[in-house]
Amino acid sequence: MKINVNSTEYTLNVPDNTSLLDALRVHLNLTGSKYGCGEGACGACKVLVDGRAVPSCITPVASVQHKSVVTIEGLEKDGKLHPLQQAFLDEDAFQCAYCSPGMIMAAVALKSRNPHPSRQEIIDAMQGNICRCCAYPRIINAISKA
Amino acid sequence: MKKTLQHTAPAKGMHRRHFIKLLGGGIAVALTWSDLDAWAGPLARRADDNSIAAWVQIRENGQIAVFTGKVEVGQNIRTSLAQVVAEELAVPVNSIEMVMGDTRLTPYDRGTYGSLTTPTMGPKLRKAAASLKEALIDMAAVQWKADKSALRVKNGSVVHTASGKTLSYEALSKGQKIVLPLNDRVKLTPATEWTVAGTPVPKVNGRSFVTGGHKYVSDMVVPGMVYGKVLRAPAYGASLAEADTEKARAAAGVMVVKDQDFIGVTAPDPQTAANALARVEARWDTTPQPSKAEIFTYLKNNSEQRGGAENAAAAQKAFAAAPVQVKQHFEVQYIAHVPLEPRAAVATWENGELTVWTGTQRPFGVQEELARAFSMPKEKVRVMMPDTGSGYGGKHSGEAAVEAARLAKAVGKPVKVVWTREEEFKWAYLRPGGLIEVAASAESNGKLASWEFHNYNSGGAGIDLPYKSAVEHIQHHPSKTPLKQGSYRGLAATANIFAIESVMNDLAAKLKLDPLAFRLQNLEDERLKNVLQTAASKFGWNKNKPAGHGYGIAGGFVKNSYIATCAEVAYNEAANELKLVRVVAAYDCGTIINPLHLENQVMGCILQGLGGALFEEIDFEDGRILNPSLSAYRVPRFADIPPLDIVLVNRKDIQPAGAGETPIVGIAPAIRNAIANATGISLNTLPLIPQGLKKNS
Repeated sequence: MKINVNSTEYTLNVPDNTSLLDALRVHLNLTGSKYGCGEGACGACKVLVDGRAVPSCITPVASVQHKSVVTIEGLEKDGKLHPLQQAFLDEDAFQCAYCSPGMIMAAVALKSRNPHPSRQEIIDAMQGNICRCCAYPRIINAISKA
Repeated sequence: MKKTLQHTAPAKGMHRRHFIKLLGGGIAVALTWSDLDAWAGPLARRADDNSIAAWVQIRENGQIAVFTGKVEVGQNIRTSLAQVVAEELAVPVNSIEMVMGDTRLTPYDRGTYGSLTTPTMGPKLRKAAASLKEALIDMAAVQWKADKSALRVKNGSVVHTASGKTLSYEALSKGQKIVLPLNDRVKLTPATEWTVAGTPVPKVNGRSFVTGGHKYVSDMVVPGMVYGKVLRAPAYGASLAEADTEKARAAAGVMVVKDQDFIGVTAPDPQTAANALARVEARWDTTPQPSKAEIFTYLKNNSEQRGGAENAAAAQKAFAAAPVQVKQHFEVQYIAHVPLEPRAAVATWENGELTVWTGTQRPFGVQEELARAFSMPKEKVRVMMPDTGSGYGGKHSGEAAVEAARLAKAVGKPVKVVWTREEEFKWAYLRPGGLIEVAASAESNGKLASWEFHNYNSGGAGIDLPYKSAVEHIQHHPSKTPLKQGSYRGLAATANIFAIESVMNDLAAKLKLDPLAFRLQNLEDERLKNVLQTAASKFGWNKNKPAGHGYGIAGGFVKNSYIATCAEVAYNEAANELKLVRVVAAYDCGTIINPLHLENQVMGCILQGLGGALFEEIDFEDGRILNPSLSAYRVPRFADIPPLDIVLVNRKDIQPAGAGETPIVGIAPAIRNAIANATGISLNTLPLIPQGLKKNS
């Protein structure tokens, strides 16, 4: 099967029930998207599929053929960080940072449909992402300021 | 040290040794050599742990390499330790390269736990860096034939003050390791003069995390690697009766490893491995196990009785005679750490030597665990720990490392094992549950008269009463735990201080005294008093509260740092709804090394503590964990977070203490006391309101 990730076309030969997350991490060695729960409950694996943030761990890779997938590795352009990546750095919005890629992808999707979200809109949009270190207030600040 | 060198060095290496005569400073000889690793072999002994080179080395390019067995799990010690070294050596933080948690390269370390890094590793590295600075000045003095009092260091160089001439550290050390012993009397830069330490330096390798570039162990790939999965029992106490692994072998590339109770599979990709494991047909013998419904009776019945009958009698006598009494028992449920990166390890064998990368708080502990598991000398085992996806006290053990090594040995290939979330919930270990019984009393003037306190199973951390009581009888009774239990951020202090501060609140209520004033009246510890007053003042403790709102306060100290937490809740009686309105905390851990990251730790501790305070609990029945997933086990999320105000008290006159644990202890009792204040309901369980207030009222 063919999938398009970060504007590159890949041909994959994977077991039938392979998730998009495993396809990215294991077969394409794009390990920025993380495994956290395997049931779409923590957001660590979120990527953009046609601009929407989805948990890649419960997304069958077969379902994203003919769609455009963007991962955390696809955000940086010409050595320049995406404004949300930069905002996470500026606000020190992480501790172990394992959740950061999924957080950033969810925030990118939010900002693309709502460039100036209110605090409550940020909370509502990010409710599916867990930061177990609980740097939540700083993540909200980063998303607001980006 | 000289002896070791002569013992291990081949004769041809001897010419690489250099002896430099130095003058003064109480140090006679500086011994340096280069290419230690090149001639001594890959698993050779490091420089003696009492030498500068074991901790700090100057690379030929001028970069400063710092070696510590401590590990980075998100608490940002990679940054704070770099700061204290940069400070002593007068170099920018970005010229420091931290080498952490590698059993081959770093000095032995018991582990990253107990808030020990800042108070023990910080001073150790400062001493090493200051000793190195002293040696560099000595070396420059020899080279220039100058008096060393005429020399100082600046921006990575020794400077001759009068002439202005400079020698860079790398020009002085020429890539050699300086193996002078650490100078125990070396002068350290006082905190009042810090320019790098004490400042909000951002996470040193932060960029690699926001780009997804950082390789956690679960991201690592080594050539020829396959993926491993291990068959788990259906419940605690179950043993394997029989297993048929034939069907598991069907898929291409799958290998099955069976060794007594251990059954594992490896495959070229994780999905194939998981599919193969699912085809193993196993029958298990189970034994009856305790369930959540009876856990507190079980813990008490299986606990150790301690002595102290006389003391107990004295406490009970004083209790009976006192005019104001509170007698309560508290139930604290087992909770899970839920590090977002589950246990992971990559293991590879080569020429009888084992190399393992794993996310652990104790790389040297895991090295010993592996040496025991494979009956081999630990010198043949190397454990490395890249910055990992958190721990919170939950990654002291090396289960995934042993499993990966076992599979790798059997299949003859490097193996990666990454636990699923379910495995992490079921087969890691938990914060202990516990039962706490308290009987406390006070005189009518508000002085504590007696304090009897028994903790069954939680542990002894934070059990001591910070307040002054005429009679005390305090005991921790270890018990038989039906679930795997172990370390957790703050250990039992979350449970013990919850009980202490709840009882103090209820005594104050009975005495009709302000809970803050009652605490201060019975306190002698100035630092605890100070954080209580600081938090209360920031919170507006004395201000009138809106109708239906309640205020609660709690404080405590463990491991030489002090927290006070105030909470406001709003109770809508008609709807029986409770809302956490805001939280204010004041924290004192002595001298602050990095205020940016300290505030992050305090914030994280308090908000993570919110989970254990309000809703986190492991549900279990007959040895089975019933909620082993993030959809069933609730952890704090964005919507749970109240407005939070943190005051950091910077005590530059006090040595810094670790800050990753203590701030967690105040949040549960502060909320509990606020709920009591708003509703008149005294909740004595953790979590307080797993199903909302209604169920408990």
